[in-house]
Amino acid sequence: MNEAREQSLATIRRGLKRGPLDGTRRVELETRLAHPLRHLIPTRAQGSHSEQVAMWIRMAEYALATVDQVARPNDAPAAVAAFLARENLPTAIVMAPDAELAALPWESQSLLHIERRAARDGDQVSVTTAFAGIAETGTLMLCSGPDSPTTLNFLPDTHIVLLPTAWIVGSYEDGWDLLRATGEAMPRTINYITGPSRSGDIEQTMQLGAHGPLRLHIVLISA
Amino acid sequence: MQVTTQAFQRNAGAALHNPALQKALKNIKIGFVRKRAAAVAKLPEFEALREAGRELKNHVLDHLDFYLEQFETKVIESGGQVHWAQDAAEANQIVLEICQSVNARRVTKGKSMISEEIGLNDFLEAHGIRPVETDLGEYIIQLRHEHPSHIIAPAVHLNREQVADAFQAHHAPYGFTERREEPRALMDEARQVLRQQFLQAEVGITGANFCIAETGTTVIVTNEGNGDLTQILPKVHIALASIEKVVPTFEDVSLLLRLLARSATGQELSVYTTFSTGPRRAEDADGPEQFHVVLLDNGRSGMLGGEFQDMLRCIRCAACLNHCPVYGAIGGHAYGWVYPGPMGSVLTPQLIGIEVAGPLPNASTFCGRCEDVCPVHIPLPKMMRHWREQEFARHLIPMTTRFGLGLWAFVARNPKLYRLATNLGSWLLRRLAGGKGRIRSLPLARGWTAWRDLPVPQGRTFQQQWATRRENQS
Amino acid sequence: MPISPPRIGLFVTCLVDLFRPTVGFAAIKLLEEAGCVVEVPTQTCCGQPAYNSGDRATARSLAQQVIAAFEPLDYVVAPSGSCAGMIKQHYPPLFSNDPGWRARAERLSAKTFELTSFLTDVLGVEQVNASHPGTVTYHDSCSGLRELGIKTQPRRLLGTVEGVELREMEESEVCCGFGGTFCIKYPELSNRMVSDKAGHILATGADTVLAGDLGCLLNMAGKLQRDGATVQVRHVAEVLAGLTEVPAIGESEGDG
Repeated sequence: MNEAREQSLATIRRGLKRGPLDGTRRVELETRLAHPLRHLIPTRAQGSHSEQVAMWIRMAEYALATVDQVARPNDAPAAVAAFLARENLPTAIVMAPDAELAALPWESQSLLHIERRAARDGDQVSVTTAFAGIAETGTLMLCSGPDSPTTLNFLPDTHIVLLPTAWIVGSYEDGWDLLRATGEAMPRTINYITGPSRSGDIEQTMQLGAHGPLRLHIVLISA
Repeated sequence: MQVTTQAFQRNAGAALHNPALQKALKNIKIGFVRKRAAAVAKLPEFEALREAGRELKNHVLDHLDFYLEQFETKVIESGGQVHWAQDAAEANQIVLEICQSVNARRVTKGKSMISEEIGLNDFLEAHGIRPVETDLGEYIIQLRHEHPSHIIAPAVHLNREQVADAFQAHHAPYGFTERREEPRALMDEARQVLRQQFLQAEVGITGANFCIAETGTTVIVTNEGNGDLTQILPKVHIALASIEKVVPTFEDVSLLLRLLARSATGQELSVYTTFSTGPRRAEDADGPEQFHVVLLDNGRSGMLGGEFQDMLRCIRCAACLNHCPVYGAIGGHAYGWVYPGPMGSVLTPQLIGIEVAGPLPNASTFCGRCEDVCPVHIPLPKMMRHWREQEFARHLIPMTTRFGLGLWAFVARNPKLYRLATNLGSWLLRRLAGGKGRIRSLPLARGWTAWRDLPVPQGRTFQQQWATRRENQS
Repeated sequence: MPISPPRIGLFVTCLVDLFRPTVGFAAIKLLEEAGCVVEVPTQTCCGQPAYNSGDRATARSLAQQVIAAFEPLDYVVAPSGSCAGMIKQHYPPLFSNDPGWRARAERLSAKTFELTSFLTDVLGVEQVNASHPGTVTYHDSCSGLRELGIKTQPRRLLGTVEGVELREMEESEVCCGFGGTFCIKYPELSNRMVSDKAGHILATGADTVLAGDLGCLLNMAGKLQRDGATVQVRHVAEVLAGLTEVPAIGESEGDG
């Protein structure tokens, strides 16, 4: 429908009383795209790193996620097992095929049954990492890729995320800077996740677990 | 869908006398108004962000052609396809052809008001493709063969009993034979039924809250996660977006995200904000193999440079609906088309014509609450007034109204005549009241006296009394 | 040399002129007590009914009438947020294509005020000399609230009236459903809105409801009285000026 394209662009330009942009104006806009400018960033997103971690926890819990903290990465498997036991949840886990996750001492938790793959219908519990945590709203930022299938974030009833506190940043903009700094191509899917799935569509009474996970649990790793 | 905008008056009357609807509408105050106020109070920068949001959207609209072309280039670079549609018919045809190209029988859908605007579901069904709405509210109204009554809470007009009826009528084939009424149980039931639909669909169709020019990325915002299951499980993801949804960069989207959820549901951020760029990468373990963006114009480009350009700033948060006393009294269906409330009263005449949508911009007291809560400061009352001006200029208002207005104007332009008229009016009303302070029934003012007494003038007019006082002083 | 007192042009408003002259005299009393000289230039209506009906030509000609009559004075004061808002916010854009009139409209806009705002924000009045024993509740009229930012001004002044207790109602900022021609075009909707408002008023248990706009007041009075409620309805200026001897809106000496 090239005709539709040309018609829309022509009508837009007629309305704006000008032709296609060129010259200085075009260069300015291209520069704006190449070097994005930040708008106002809320003060709450600009504290010290320890304040950002505290803010992240507070906001994630406000969004009804649950948060555990462990000192070292190697403590995470035990924390995951303890969470599942405490909540009386299945011990069969589908885990993101991520090298850093694989390096943790999961074998120490003999009750856990782990598969490393994308999620399928019927999977009850997933374990993933996240690309970053965003303090201002207690949000997780997850990027799709070979080692982080997106289905893990949505199909299981329980989603457990292991997040080093060092990956927590203040604002959304800090997260985008972090992503751009990797120098890699834009992932197919980036998910901001703030709390477990919910719906208020029946009488505006909020219920958790509409289509995505009923539980979102984060194990924060301090070291 | 059937357009009933012209029957607004009758629709509104029916809505006021619909007890189930009236009960459901009470939820808006608790569900949205108070939560928004609390969220705004928690963010000291909110007002400054609103200003920035307005400026950003104005910048985009002033360079809309540039950003659309950039967006298109980037979508193609990342392996996706862009389809431009002038109107609903073109957009429907594009979607149909994509579905047919993969022999799709079933499509799942995330919530999209553009899909409502183009009537996509009816069109697909007519061509043998079964669309399944997956947003819980959308799903409920799809079962009931209704349209959304609200742009973010499509089933806000319903109570649990009505949801229970709909599920009982449709869920037996899925093994649910028992009637349930608890919201929790109803939602679990829908979750199980829809999970199968997600897994079986060949195409997933979502809307797009934003289109990012920097990278050719579309953004959806949901709380349920239905939009995500819609777009990551099937082979094909189609995102429907209207042309004004484009924004330059991730920084710009970040600004609008800070405004959107707070204005909409009073959340700090919606549960899921998802950024989609192209189809799955070769190494990815999941995600769609094809990514299509349909860019719908449908008259929007014609709003640029005119008195309705500001409406294109709208980010569809629904705060104007939630805070509108008229919407709160009658709900969304009375407005008679896709977009209800103040934003609909401005947008609908543009999309389907003021000849048809005339009553909508008149159904406002101009109380200004909509503009007051709009996250991007759209002057909604001003634009409703512009529509009234067009109606007046094009003689689309009733002759009697026009005559009455003309007569009043003639008198008001002649102070002496006006004095005579008010003196007479004052005397007449007081006489009709027969010494009482008010009149219970006045045939010429039946609209008023059917439900209210009419207080009558205290005595002679102010001007009469003032003149007397001046005479006595001199 | 003493500074000469400001000369105020009172914009009476068409509703006050016809229905409630006491409000006009209350405004004059308050302004004179604050040291102003009050004049009442020749006037009819600010043009808002035409403006909101889409008849810009009539609105413009009525605006020109008001501008010409009031521009010689130091200030324009109206006991109405709606009419003051019309002059202050909507007159200048009416003349976007007429620089001469636009400049005159802007000059008039700059010196136009709603009564309670003028008393407090411009004259710095902190105290009124009135007494009104009883409980009152206050409805924020839409135009005054949202076009002119009138919220604290009437409450601050009411706070200095001897014997008054202010009890805030729920949703005092929500429209009462008057809306000018709206209440005639959509009477049933208007009725629903004013019914909700009446409910909030009665829930406070206050014996008087006050507001700063006569349109809202006539609407609320008509509804409350139709429903048999005994709560009195008055313009806030009446209480501030101590002119509450006269029967409340919709009542008469003859009423029981």
